[in-house]
Amino acid sequence: MNVILLAIIVVAGIGLIAGLGLSLASVLMAVKTDEKVEALRAELPGANCGACGFSGCDGYAEALAKGEAKPGACAPGGAEMNEKLGEILGVSVEMAEPMVATVKCNGTCDHVGNKMFYTGVSTCKAANMMYGGTLSCSFGCLGFGDCEKACQYGAIKVVNGKATVDKDKCTACTACAKVCPKSIIEMMPEKKKYAKVVCSNKDKGAVARKVCEVACIGCGKCAKVCPSEAVVVENNLARIDPAKCTACGACVDACPAKCITF
Amino acid sequence: MAQIITIVLAGILTENMVLSKFLGICPFLGVSKKTNTAVSMGIAVTLVMLLATAVTFPIQVYLLDPYGLSYLQTIVFILIIAALVQLLEIVLKKYIPPLYTALGVYLPLITTNCAVLGITLLNFTNSRIEGNYAYALFNALGAGLGFMLAMFIFSGVRTRLETSNIPESLKGLPITLVAAAIVSLSFLGFAGLVK
Repeated sequence: MNVILLAIIVVAGIGLIAGLGLSLASVLMAVKTDEKVEALRAELPGANCGACGFSGCDGYAEALAKGEAKPGACAPGGAEMNEKLGEILGVSVEMAEPMVATVKCNGTCDHVGNKMFYTGVSTCKAANMMYGGTLSCSFGCLGFGDCEKACQYGAIKVVNGKATVDKDKCTACTACAKVCPKSIIEMMPEKKKYAKVVCSNKDKGAVARKVCEVACIGCGKCAKVCPSEAVVVENNLARIDPAKCTACGACVDACPAKCITF
Repeated sequence: MAQIITIVLAGILTENMVLSKFLGICPFLGVSKKTNTAVSMGIAVTLVMLLATAVTFPIQVYLLDPYGLSYLQTIVFILIIAALVQLLEIVLKKYIPPLYTALGVYLPLITTNCAVLGITLLNFTNSRIEGNYAYALFNALGAGLGFMLAMFIFSGVRTRLETSNIPESLKGLPITLVAAAIVSLSFLGFAGLVK
């Protein structure tokens, strides 16, 4: 009996001392944290994607509490969550327009060939260092899937040699755009219907046509037929301003390379 | 002095916590993906090992042994280590915030790290220590440094694995475990270095 009692006393005693010590320490050495920061942080999605321009959700929450940032910059959270941030801070929210990642390349394996037989490290970044990548088009999607690996939401997949975005899953966190060595992924408005040029080739028409059947050849037909002056051809590449585009479809019909789609 | 060097070297090389005793495998596999987090974890473990030994050694010698309570060793040590880690976290948060943010989640993770419990228990079975408090502390230091070295080496191996072309069936954990086995095997080369 004595042995059991002694064991209990020793263990309980050590536990008690440790517990008291800890509670004393937590009171004596308490660090004041801003309640607002914690409340804001709880609302944020915790993806730490950096789309807001801060180091992560913690950084954004701190900047919000200090008044250095405005709510509405969190793309993955969506409008509803950003409004909640506004409620906590007591300010109205101007939500940034919902965006979606768009791959500006249409060159699947059917349309564009390879200029080399590549057996190196299978990432876009590595392949790009080797004479600008495996593709005969030096602007197009390499298809090694760096963006797929960077995406936390499984929204971007390489299908038939080209990255394809699932619009429902994409939160426009820009992680894919940051890793793409060809810089062909761009955030574009999600809601509005507009025509877009799915090509990034800046070569002259004949060269572009030679490497890829669906490359923009910079012929300018789209710019001519556009009634709202939304299309500009620069460096042999057409570009459509989503804000001006009325989705009339004239350019889509006019394009000889079929590289403009909705 | 010679004894201290022997103890520390044994902890780092011949009796490496991870690679020869196979303790603390979960942080070894879990946080060895990047070199800087691996080293942070190593520093945190070394710190906690030293602290834990500093506290548990006298408790064993002056409290448990005299009253014939040695069988309570494990449970008492777990209790003390858990409390110590919590205390260390509070102290670091208050006085050294940069270190606190650098160690981040690794500190609470150490609470349940078997390498830390292992070193406090092994202090009493290691014939080199002979019940000497200072030797026990150096043993903890050596084990901690050994853990850090293993983490550092393995993080290098894993960065290479990331960019290698690995057969589909071996991707992920299987190739990691195979690599860990080979690293462990290479440490066998140190056998006999320290008597």
